[in-house]
Amino acid sequence: MTQTQERTEDVQGRTLPVTDLSLVVLIGASGSGKSTFARRHFQPTEVISSDFCRGLVADDENDQSASRDAFDVLHYIAGKRLAAGRRTVVDATSVQQESRRQLVDLAKKYDVLPIAIVLDVPEEVCAERNAGRTDRADMPRRVIQRHTRELRRSLRHLEREGFRKVHVLRGVEAVENATVVTEKRFNDLTHLTGPFDIIGDIHGCSSELEALLGKLGYVDGAHPDGRTAVFVGDLVDRGPDTPGVLRRVMSMVASGDALCVPGNHENKLGRWLKGRKVQHTHGLAETVEQLEREDDAFRTQVREFVDGLVSHYVLDGGRLVVCHAGLPEKYHGRTSGRVRSHALYGDTTGETDEFGLPVRYPWAEDYRGRAAVVYGHTPVPQATWLNNTICLDTGAVFGGKLTALRWPERELVDVPAERVWYEPTKPLASEAPGGHEGRPLDLADVHGRRTVETRHAGRITVREENAAAALEVMSRFAVDPRLLPYLPPTMAPTATSRIEGYLEHPAEAFAQYAADGVARVVCEEKHMGSRAVALVCRDAAAADERFGVTGGPTGSLYTRTGRPFFDDEAMTEEVLARVRRSADEAGLWDELETDWLLLDAELMPWSLKASGLLRTQYAAVGAASGAAFPGALAALEGAAARGVDVGDLLSRQRDRAADAAAFTEAYRRYCWPTEGLEGVRLAPFQILAVRGRSLTALPHDEQLSLIDRLVEHDGSGLLQTTRRLFVDTGDAESVRAGIDWWLEMTGRGGEGMVVKPAGAVVRDARGRLVQPGIKCRGREYLRIIYGPEYTRPDNLARLRHRFLGHKRSLAVREYALGLEALDRLAEGEPLWRVHEAVFGVLALESEPVDPRL
Amino acid sequence: MFLTISTTGTPERPATDLGFLLHKHPDNAQAFSTSYGTAHVLYPEASAERCTVALLLEVDAVALVRRGKGKGRGGAPDAALAQYVNDRPYAASSLLAVALSSVFSSAMKGTCRARPELPGAVRPLRIEIPALPARGGPDLVRGLFEPLGWTVTVDAVPLDTGFPEWGDSRYVRLVLESEERTLAEALRHLYVLLPVLDDAKHYWVAPDEVDKLLRAGEGWLPGHPEHKLITSRYLSRRWSLTRQAMERLELVRLAETDDSEVEEIDNAVEAEHETEEKPTPLAVQRRDAIIAALRSAGAARVLDLGCGQGQLVQALLKDPRFTEIVGVDVSVRALTIASRRLKLDRMGERQASRVRLFQGSLAYTDKRLRGYDAAVLSEVVEHLDPPRLPALEYAVFGSARPRTVLVTTPNVEYNVRWESLPAGHVRHGDHRFEWTRAEFRGWADAVAERHGYAVEFVPVGPDDPEVGPPTQMAVFSLNTATDTATDTATTRTTNEKEAKAA
Repeated sequence: MTQTQERTEDVQGRTLPVTDLSLVVLIGASGSGKSTFARRHFQPTEVISSDFCRGLVADDENDQSASRDAFDVLHYIAGKRLAAGRRTVVDATSVQQESRRQLVDLAKKYDVLPIAIVLDVPEEVCAERNAGRTDRADMPRRVIQRHTRELRRSLRHLEREGFRKVHVLRGVEAVENATVVTEKRFNDLTHLTGPFDIIGDIHGCSSELEALLGKLGYVDGAHPDGRTAVFVGDLVDRGPDTPGVLRRVMSMVASGDALCVPGNHENKLGRWLKGRKVQHTHGLAETVEQLEREDDAFRTQVREFVDGLVSHYVLDGGRLVVCHAGLPEKYHGRTSGRVRSHALYGDTTGETDEFGLPVRYPWAEDYRGRAAVVYGHTPVPQATWLNNTICLDTGAVFGGKLTALRWPERELVDVPAERVWYEPTKPLASEAPGGHEGRPLDLADVHGRRTVETRHAGRITVREENAAAALEVMSRFAVDPRLLPYLPPTMAPTATSRIEGYLEHPAEAFAQYAADGVARVVCEEKHMGSRAVALVCRDAAAADERFGVTGGPTGSLYTRTGRPFFDDEAMTEEVLARVRRSADEAGLWDELETDWLLLDAELMPWSLKASGLLRTQYAAVGAASGAAFPGALAALEGAAARGVDVGDLLSRQRDRAADAAAFTEAYRRYCWPTEGLEGVRLAPFQILAVRGRSLTALPHDEQLSLIDRLVEHDGSGLLQTTRRLFVDTGDAESVRAGIDWWLEMTGRGGEGMVVKPAGAVVRDARGRLVQPGIKCRGREYLRIIYGPEYTRPDNLARLRHRFLGHKRSLAVREYALGLEALDRLAEGEPLWRVHEAVFGVLALESEPVDPRL
Repeated sequence: MFLTISTTGTPERPATDLGFLLHKHPDNAQAFSTSYGTAHVLYPEASAERCTVALLLEVDAVALVRRGKGKGRGGAPDAALAQYVNDRPYAASSLLAVALSSVFSSAMKGTCRARPELPGAVRPLRIEIPALPARGGPDLVRGLFEPLGWTVTVDAVPLDTGFPEWGDSRYVRLVLESEERTLAEALRHLYVLLPVLDDAKHYWVAPDEVDKLLRAGEGWLPGHPEHKLITSRYLSRRWSLTRQAMERLELVRLAETDDSEVEEIDNAVEAEHETEEKPTPLAVQRRDAIIAALRSAGAARVLDLGCGQGQLVQALLKDPRFTEIVGVDVSVRALTIASRRLKLDRMGERQASRVRLFQGSLAYTDKRLRGYDAAVLSEVVEHLDPPRLPALEYAVFGSARPRTVLVTTPNVEYNVRWESLPAGHVRHGDHRFEWTRAEFRGWADAVAERHGYAVEFVPVGPDDPEVGPPTQMAVFSLNTATDTATDTATTRTTNEKEAKAA
């Protein structure tokens, strides 16, 4: 830039482009006006000054002895901001190369551009300004002289030091008149929403490319619906017609019909085109030969095209990232050498395989980002999703196929290769380069305090101690997480009844739903067994394809904490087989367009799973009371017969003996012997999900009619129906009928019933989820929970003070997490996302809450 | 909650002297308030020939719950169902012993102001307890009372007559008869032995319990053949004092969610009294074998995956060549005990910087475990259900990928040599499987092959010619392809340096 130009610009003011995500380093002597400049051009929170940090650590902004600590703080804050993707302006003199080096390193660490803005103001001006400030008035002149000297010495090196943009403002006027404009990063195309057709590695297969574009609906490189093609790179090398491919892609990019990111092959070709020495291996020889038949103008065009390619693009509001070799989330939208390198070459573990080739690091296995990453680079037989990433290189040049992904439809479109154009050095890997879903989940997905984002109830927090307990149970006892796509939520009981002799009564449940604005509810008989979730696949192939379990189980049958219901796998398989046969007979597979069913059910008898608890706790109470009372009553009767005044003690003991006997009767109803599956009953009451769909929002009448058909077609006697009654909460007669139904059922020793909104997934007037179900437990059944003597008036009076708030909140939170797991499953989200929600349910189950509720 | 004491007599020595001895008039029913409810004393029969006193404790369930708040776990955790539904109101538990001592305190001391000659005299006594919780069953009941001169009749109470297949409950109906004991002796026997038989860790026991035991046991406990058991059980309840602080109820709640017993899920750590025992010789041999293998592999930074209560970590700390020792376990309770055992909070900074303990799980990959020289999985794999082994395999060999991995596991073939182990039984309740030597080798070879390790097998313990050693150990070493590369690089640098020097 000449002196004259600079002058002119000074008057009008220079425009300084500054990238939206960058580390801006202001460079200037003390008093050169950096803070004023920063205040004028940047948000106050974007600027961190060393003076401020000195104040933080030393209570004195000018205490030079605190500089080391102050800069530690400055670097720490800047690091946090950059990690979060926020532009940061450092207001320190930065006239020394060493201090700038630290900042450039910081920018590199967070993969953002370091930008230098130099305020080169005459020494006298600086000195004058400092003299006018009380806190700096006694700053020796030689300090400013040193600053200015160091600044001048630095000017020439700034670009070499690593600053990607250097703006030098000479003189007070230039500083005064400059304006800063924010520029987007080249890779930020979030404003483009497509729709896109992302096309995998072409490698000179021009004919296949034309066929694929045709199949995708492009006519001469343009799509009538305005779709945009996105090429993931490796257009060139190995194949028969690299120039043809380049010509097509370059013209589509030029006309705005396509975007293109570079592959490692383009990168190498670019170096050759610039005249650098490169080895003509891996198919470059073919390209060179083909390009030598082209004219210079074309080669120049190619060189410029390759030169201008941006390593990766962030598209569609940040939902889609396209690059050649894949990109971890922390590199999305970042700009640094290593980001480019990862985008082009991927990462390696540092090990080498048996061919002596570097072992690729399975970055996709670790990927947890919300943006889908679409890439190529590693030939695989079939493009498959892994953790929201997909590799589209299906080895067209090796005789595989050329694959495209339609976005946002997420549909794959491919055309077969016409022939093997190039012999691969090693066979195509049989799995995606990121590994496969069968590998374990990562601890970081579940460990410690976490917040799970849910569609139905927003953010749900899991506390650390609860996650720790869940981790232990999940790791030591639960079934394979792939076969554990759901855990049932806890359920709150009905509000406490005031009716004499009752702690729970359906009247309150109906009233509560009426108050929530739920007009129609279903009452479902509560089977006193153990909760069981059954994942039933149509066959082993479906289990393999949908859940990735090869050569093993055809589903799972597990408890409320994810433990296998039966220790014996053969028993599980037999239960699954019987349900499967019923589904076959009932024609549910085709009707629901699925090859698996996820069922929520109750498995009976209770004694099957809870035998340990029954023996040590429930039967023990019965045995002790049964043994103790006869003697005690006899003693009291003997004393009374002798004329001793025993007061009401005798009648009280008789009542207690009767209560204890009723307790024994209460648990006995839920126990019966079983032999193998003989005597075992499974009562399904909801189909939770099928392939690609969560059925949790299906109204309960439709749910139950599906379930009824399943039960009807069971020839084995395993499946048991769930009796139900629909009640209109606003209709007194209907409510009366509901109450009578409950009284009749519990009078015969039934556990009780669950009242659910007939519509399923219902919200109240304020938009909050209502309780998905409310249990009304029978008077006798509750002896098992509240103790044999809970019905005594003084006990009931005390128990009526029970507090339901936490239980209700817990029930809704667990419900929302369960729904979330099923939604994620239905949408084909990665396993860790489903598991995160399932794990959350288990963790919440360990929260402290009155266990009797 | 109920027992009777009867005696017989003659007109000269009437049975109703029992009333004087107990300080309770036979013609009155009396009620006494105790900390856990109301104790009633009454006499169903009272004649010169025969007199029976009944002690009936009406347990106040509310008081029980309140007093139990935040105290211990066992049968009465502060948030568990067992707190509300339990046998305390019915069984003759430690609560009855407490009531006995407060209602009949002078009789127990052997004082009687009105008739000072009575307490010292033996008389025919018959004690009946219809529902006595007796851990150890009828045999132990006899073993405890017979040496004290009682004729013992003990019958097990069935759990539920409706379900004979459930077998007997832990309660017995006990009748004690003797003509050689004073009433004071009888009461002191009951006062000590009821809680011993109950053996519930339910209730908080004051630290002065030792003195109480010594006083009540005076004259009979020291010579009792079961005095060790009596003392340890009686005082074992005091463990709960030290246990409380670390008790966490999250697992209890998860067990309840599943209608399971707590012990079914919270079983990563053995019951406390067992852990304080000296380690078995095999455990020592295993530790020695592991440390020897780590030394010969030249490992300095070591992971103990499934460190349990930290015994190996403790041993490794003694050797300074192990510069970083990381104990990982999925059980928070195990880690808490390990941390206590290692006295981490009092360890010097330099020592403490060598050791870390944290919760982790081998069912998940864990970035914190990468980059170590060696990992030890001692008696870990057999605690996993076989379908979860591939996850462990990948987490250790695929993801953490230390240079050396040591895996020890029982050799099931050797089980026939354990005299105490019934045929067909595994060695530990939580073992999901136990492998033969061939099965272990099959697994280890396949793992090594899949992940690029070489594997060798080392016997631990006496190597029986027929059934092999009790413990088998596999030593996996990461294949040296990369080692060679590094070696070459090092050599080259050295050469260059040498060249420069020249």
